[in-house]
Amino acid sequence: MNNPHPAIELSGISKAFGPVKANKDVSLSVAVGSIHGIVGENGAGKSTLMSILYGFYEADAGEIRVRGELRRIRSSSDAIAAGIGMVHQHFMLVEPLSVVENIVLGAEGGALLKRGIGKARAELARLSQEYGLAIDPDAIVGELSVGLQQRVEILKALYRGAEVLILDEPTAVLTPAEADQLFELLRALKAQGKTVILITHKLREIMAVTDRVSVMRRGEMVAHVETERTSPAELAEAMVGRRVLLRVEKTPRKRGAPVLEAAGLSVIDERGCETLRDASLTLHEGEIVGIAGVAGNGQSELLDVLAGLTQPARGVIRLGGKILNAADRNPANLRRLGLMHIPEDRLRTGLVTAFAAAENAILGYHDDPAFGRGPFLSPTLIEQHARAGMQDYDVRPVDPGLKTAKFSGGNQQKIVLAREIERAPKVLLVGQPTRGVDIGAIEFIHRRLIALRDAGVAILLVSVELEEVMALSDRILALCGGQITGEREAVATDERDLGLLMAGVSERAA
Amino acid sequence: MRLKSLALALAGVALSAMGVMAQTTIKPAIVYDKGGKFDKSFNEGVFVGAEKFKAETGVEFRDFEPTNDAQIEQALRRFARDGHSPIIAVGFSQATALQKVAAEFPNLKFTIIDMVVELPNVQSVVFKEHEASYLVGLIASLASKTNKVGFVGGMDIPLIRKFACGYVQGVKAGKKDAEIFQNMTGSTPAAWNDPVKGGELAKSQIDRGADVIYHAAGGTGIGVLRAAADAGKLGIGVDSNQNMLHPGKVLTSMLKRVDVAAYTSFKEARDGTWKPGVSVLGLKEDGVGWALDDNNKALITPEMKAAADKARADIIAGTVKVHDYMSDSKCTM
Amino acid sequence: MSAAPIDLPRWADTALVPLVSVAAALVVAGLVVLSIGESPLEATALLLKGSLGSLEGLGFTLYYTTNFIFTGLAVAVAFHAGLFNIGGEGQATIAGIFAALACLWLAPLPGILLVPLAILAAAAGGALWAFIPGYLQATRGSHVVITTIMFNFIAATLIVYLLVEVMGKTGSMQPETPDFPKQAVLTPIHELLGAFGLKLPSTPLNTSFLLALASLVAVWALIYRSRLGYAIRTVGANPRAAAYAGIPPARIIMVAMAISGALAGGLAVNEAMGVQHRLVLDFTAGYGFVGIAVALMGRGHPVGVSLAALLFGVLYQGGAELSFDKPTITRDMVVVIGGIVILFAGALDGLFRRLVASVLALGRGG
Repeated sequence: MNNPHPAIELSGISKAFGPVKANKDVSLSVAVGSIHGIVGENGAGKSTLMSILYGFYEADAGEIRVRGELRRIRSSSDAIAAGIGMVHQHFMLVEPLSVVENIVLGAEGGALLKRGIGKARAELARLSQEYGLAIDPDAIVGELSVGLQQRVEILKALYRGAEVLILDEPTAVLTPAEADQLFELLRALKAQGKTVILITHKLREIMAVTDRVSVMRRGEMVAHVETERTSPAELAEAMVGRRVLLRVEKTPRKRGAPVLEAAGLSVIDERGCETLRDASLTLHEGEIVGIAGVAGNGQSELLDVLAGLTQPARGVIRLGGKILNAADRNPANLRRLGLMHIPEDRLRTGLVTAFAAAENAILGYHDDPAFGRGPFLSPTLIEQHARAGMQDYDVRPVDPGLKTAKFSGGNQQKIVLAREIERAPKVLLVGQPTRGVDIGAIEFIHRRLIALRDAGVAILLVSVELEEVMALSDRILALCGGQITGEREAVATDERDLGLLMAGVSERAA
Repeated sequence: MRLKSLALALAGVALSAMGVMAQTTIKPAIVYDKGGKFDKSFNEGVFVGAEKFKAETGVEFRDFEPTNDAQIEQALRRFARDGHSPIIAVGFSQATALQKVAAEFPNLKFTIIDMVVELPNVQSVVFKEHEASYLVGLIASLASKTNKVGFVGGMDIPLIRKFACGYVQGVKAGKKDAEIFQNMTGSTPAAWNDPVKGGELAKSQIDRGADVIYHAAGGTGIGVLRAAADAGKLGIGVDSNQNMLHPGKVLTSMLKRVDVAAYTSFKEARDGTWKPGVSVLGLKEDGVGWALDDNNKALITPEMKAAADKARADIIAGTVKVHDYMSDSKCTM
Repeated sequence: MSAAPIDLPRWADTALVPLVSVAAALVVAGLVVLSIGESPLEATALLLKGSLGSLEGLGFTLYYTTNFIFTGLAVAVAFHAGLFNIGGEGQATIAGIFAALACLWLAPLPGILLVPLAILAAAAGGALWAFIPGYLQATRGSHVVITTIMFNFIAATLIVYLLVEVMGKTGSMQPETPDFPKQAVLTPIHELLGAFGLKLPSTPLNTSFLLALASLVAVWALIYRSRLGYAIRTVGANPRAAAYAGIPPARIIMVAMAISGALAGGLAVNEAMGVQHRLVLDFTAGYGFVGIAVALMGRGHPVGVSLAALLFGVLYQGGAELSFDKPTITRDMVVVIGGIVILFAGALDGLFRRLVASVLALGRGG
């Protein structure tokens, strides 16, 4: 396997979307038979680069070489022909079809399905054996676990003859155990001479599985290093462009009375799965309680049920000592009672991106008499209100009439923050406050949350960034599989300790 | 003022023309029903009659196909303003508009088909569809071996009930115990032009045992006749002679001579014999009838022809009365 | 992995893009006219002259415009709530039945009471017929596109039954109600202005045109200036955000549909009370469906809707005049031309947005 040429060689790739330069003169070389990590913050240009490699976009400038050969990749079929396969973050599977049917989809090999399926079945058996990928070819994809669905995606790529496999944030949807199995599989692929490109923003994974790592920042490639010769701190610095303050300056908390108490909360989703199981927690005035957990372990459900967006199957919620019954638990009423909510996904939940910033600044408060007379809203009042908030929270540009979609992620988040915080909440539920937010805004947001805590607000913080949870929280609860697996004082724990709790190694068992 | 001078001018033209020959120069026009000119039945009948007149006399005519009710009045008025006369308004839905326009232009001649408008310058032509439907019903009952016959209508409106009612009476007159299946195609104007649905309705009637099916459903009926022919059963056409659509598979066609009405209106106007008033065209006037030609000669037995001829004579003589649905909105049989 | 959304300045979005679309549609329609051996320029001139060149033509144009404003607004309001109400025909039909019942039952009342009551009845009928699909969507998840279509058929069947069996004049071929009492009739504009000494030709244009103009203003105020409109737009643009904001999407869907249906009822007011002065079968004549194109072209904004409604009014009236003057241009050809405009302005809108966007980008030297 001594191929002198790299598996993939990109040189001088540039791509602009309107005024936004998503990739600026990016070069990358991936050796055959290696696992190559690409890290960077959200919006650093990783996904754009891979989309160019997989033919979703065409680069404005630059060259792509596959095993030394210059290729023009203008569609995903070009990419497949060049031996490139991609496993997307959101799977491209047809759920009601079986595994083998999904695998032949688009590569049926002629009008008669039977022959193609037969061939695929044999090939599937071979691949499964080769890589230790045990999977029932006749299982219905929709009934498989997320981890197995991901395997089907990988098999699909291999079936199409992929030599280079791109995985886009593959662990975002996986449990830690599933992630470990995935890494095993990637090593097996590498052993067979396949090349893997792993896109992630989780440094732990990079350190665990890659041979080399490239770092992207603001559309540019800023570093290529051997994984062995670097450290998470060094990578983090390269990602954000300066030393990251992992600690947020804060004074010791002044804990007050309990405000929000939940006991035995369970949530059952539409499919009948118990996504939150018997969760109990108490928020006190003047403290930040953080929730640590791998995405998809019940954090969203916890936030939604506390914010009144879903109803619990079981359990009791008390706000200010009073039990909330089902009729009280709606977002409008909870806001009135002083429970504000910064949702995890500002684009899908927290904002109407088609609206002007000013209109978003009254979302949830449009019935407030301060914004107009009787059934009408006053554009002048709304604009004044928005302008004040935007100035206060340093939203740029200060243009209340601008469509919200045109603000950057950080500024959008500040619009949400301004809206919820200025209402003087008693309890603030905060989900992913800094997701997709630039560094400057992160610090701003962190300072605001700490100030709010110091002013006596009870804050529940959910974040996939463990570092953020550790830096901001006074107390940390770990969630795994919808259950609270442990509770720690922030000062009395570390990443390893929380990692174990997040992986479901409960205190009793430990 | 303008009207009067127009009328005078027209009269002048008429007078001078009379001097040369016994005929008046006319500017005829037609406003069709919303169904459109080429509907293979009713409107097309008017067009055919007008074309015949044109071929014989060389007199050109104008026509217009309205798409909505507002355009009907608009078109009538435009033709009238341009001095067209006679103007034929095709179909009952033009009555209200004609009422207005005819009153505005008292010196012009108007003819309305299928409806009565009582004005001194309007000729109303209505047909006794029930009489001819009675005859085809009678023939159908005699042709049926299963003793079951069908009827497919377009929309469930009074006019179609009039057809159906006459047909039922004819069938019962032939065979008292015959069973009759009746279906309407739909409740939107699309029901007049849905041959697929028409075919399906016919098939379902055939499945229930019907072996002769009469349609009064415009374009939808094309599907009815085809379904009957495909199943080896017999269809009955409507309005114009549809025997040739499936020779040997169309028992007969109920004829409604709108072509004659249109032709006559133009011709009378030209000959100076045009008169306002209501003309009711039945069997007696040969305004309605049933079709017998080479295509269905073999299907019509001498007994059927004799029975139909006798019934025709009896109806004309008044010894057999066919109940008209329109008289009391009832079909009590 | 969708393409980046095309952002345009507001003036380009609301004026330039529709203008370019209509111009392109006219070019293609011109080719069609040319292909049958007529001069496109002459046809365009006839179309414009017939629709705008005389007081009579203008009257007819505005009469059609009235219908399109009502049905266009109906679709637009539902659009803002993220709903595709294609049941304008059925809602107008039920509105017509309600208005006819009011006019005939309350015949002894004086006009000053009868007219508003009948208009309210029409609005209530339309609202009811749209509310039910809205309710089914909100509580059962039955898609309004499907249910409103089905409700069109139910309404069509109901009106046939009522006009033939219950409300119809006996002995009449035409399925229609008896004439409404004189005081229930909306005054034609030519009579209204005639009272002030202005002599106008007789056209179907009546005071419901004023009602349509008032509806434009009312819908604008509702959607862009009221709390309810804010809630409607939020539900339409982002139902999750609406739920988060404490706006119950189910209730908003039902309310928006009811308002939409009430507006569609305006079609019945114009046709039954303003023009025909009785209820006839199929008075909706497809105006409800054209409303979809009007709302699409008008981008759901009342100003856009009014312009699009006027455009379709011109097409309808000018088209009739055109086929009247040029027998070779049949009414089917006029339908084709209207279809081309809908296709270009409605369906191919994205094409022209991209085009305009790239031209503007060039202009900026980008």
